[in-house]
Amino acid sequence: MTRRYSAFSLFKEGLAGQTGWEPAWRSPAPRKTYDAIIIGGGGHGLATAYYLARTHGIANVAVLEKGWIGGGNTGRNTTVVRSNYYYPESVALYGLAHRLYEGLAKELNYNIMLSQRGMISLCHSMIEMEIAARTVNAMQINGTDAELYSVEDVRRVAPIFNFSPAARFPVFGGVWQGRAGTARHDAVAWGYARAANSLGVDIIQNCEVTDFIVAGGRCRGVETTRGEMRAERIGMAVAGHSSVLAAKAGFRLPINSYALQACVSEPVKPILDTVVLSPGTGVYVSQSDKGEIVIGGALDRIPSYGQRGNLPTLEGVIAGLLEMFPAFGQLKLMRQWAGIVDVVPDSSPIIGESPLPGLFLNCGWGTGGFKAIPAGGTLLAHLLATGRHNDISRPFDLDRFVTGKLIDEAAGSGIAH
Amino acid sequence: MQIFICPFCGPREESEFHYGGDAGNARPEGADVPAERWGDYLYMRNNPKGAAREVWVHMACGEFFVMERDSVGHTVTATHALTDGKHPE
Ligand SMILES: Cc1cc2nc3c(=O)[nH]c(=O)nc-3n(C[C@H](O)[C@H](O)[C@H](O)COP(=O)(O)OP(=O)(O)OC[C@H]3O[C@@H](n4cnc5c(N)ncnc54)[C@H](O)[C@@H]3O)c2cc1C
Ligand SMILES: [Zn+2]
Repeated sequence: MTRRYSAFSLFKEGLAGQTGWEPAWRSPAPRKTYDAIIIGGGGHGLATAYYLARTHGIANVAVLEKGWIGGGNTGRNTTVVRSNYYYPESVALYGLAHRLYEGLAKELNYNIMLSQRGMISLCHSMIEMEIAARTVNAMQINGTDAELYSVEDVRRVAPIFNFSPAARFPVFGGVWQGRAGTARHDAVAWGYARAANSLGVDIIQNCEVTDFIVAGGRCRGVETTRGEMRAERIGMAVAGHSSVLAAKAGFRLPINSYALQACVSEPVKPILDTVVLSPGTGVYVSQSDKGEIVIGGALDRIPSYGQRGNLPTLEGVIAGLLEMFPAFGQLKLMRQWAGIVDVVPDSSPIIGESPLPGLFLNCGWGTGGFKAIPAGGTLLAHLLATGRHNDISRPFDLDRFVTGKLIDEAAGSGIAH
Repeated sequence: MQIFICPFCGPREESEFHYGGDAGNARPEGADVPAERWGDYLYMRNNPKGAAREVWVHMACGEFFVMERDSVGHTVTATHALTDGKHPE
């Protein structure tokens, strides 16, 4: 049986007709009790299970997923990884994730195809350039990499942009983060799943959590479509469905669910070597390793659990894309889809114990939680193992909506989620 | 493009409307409202999957009204004017 992936194991299995590979994770029958249960088999849930086992030695853990692992937003996003935030709390959080991503392929023995091709956030006026200078300063002071780019710099990294004098969104420069880039989203889910499984974690798919077992004022377990399971610590990382489960646990969250859409073109030869974001047109774009142009934009305007996205938003995104890159007008769109994201008023995630003791939250990542998966997993695992925050997760507790200590990244770095 | 019905202007394109929050989320009154209650009013949301009762504004005429709709299939079952000026229950 071949467990580890390497050039040698590929070669050996090639000679053996690829017959010796082990499944990357088992599909065990659910047990009655666990030390910890994690609801949601997306990147955050799977990473939590992995760090619980690896960092805290708690491996008697189940990850419960109503569909298939990585079938939620983790497998639907546009794969951008970056840490260009404004507030120190955010930089600590996303910076932790960014650093962990840089070592993740090696750590998990799974190629997550991290491609640090850099990202440019464009400015379309002198005023935006002043805000960009402030953002670059903040990022540098907080210890992350950032450079203020001039028009010439932008021309160097994205020569096919519409630099014509008649352009509706002329370029003045932008914020560059050289360590930003993309990673293969499915591989992040599968890599964590495989690594958690090998440490003893049970990954249980097609298992929907339908209710909570509450006794003595604490959460003691869950009801599922595959029976009752008990644990004294339960973590929940269900992205766009957080409010649905919170209602079953008897509390509300500061969340609205919205569809966020993306689309990809037919694959073409390499033409765009970086990630380009334009707040002016509301569009961001990169080219996948396969050659597709991967296009994302703003949230839909209507709170929704309908996982398809609506047309006026898609039309706005495509119009913005063609304004930025007229050459893309020749491309055919191959696919369009949407995921349900959990949007919080201050555009920052919620990490901490819920109002139901024993139930811990990792949610509210909105449109930007893929880049945060290694940190979200580390922090929820810490909470489950110790019952306490560490310094990085503390500011993201639910209590900030009572104390008023919000971390407003929409105002800080101008991001939507 | 989905069509919503403004109780004042009739059927209009969805892009003319803006979501305004849960129906029934009345502002707490008085001087001694605890911080928890303010937090609840300002930030906590029902966010139901399925039948939803919400306040919307038609940006073209500026009127707020109640819309009942399904948050999965997006079908709209009713829209009502806020004739008494109070927050709908
Ligand atoms: C179109 C799009 C583009 C995006 N682009 C980016 C990007 O470029 N960069 C970035 O950083 N982020 C991006 N995001 C956001 C990112 O994808 C999410 O924040 C992230 O994937 C959230 O991970 P998660 O593990 O919390 O959620 P998910 O991957 O959604 O996992 C949650 C899981 O919980 C399961 N679940 C729900 N309810 C239950 C239940 N009752 N019982 C059991 N299981 C349940 C779901 O089936 C799902 O698999 C994008 C999102 C979308 C939709
Ligand atoms: Zn009207």
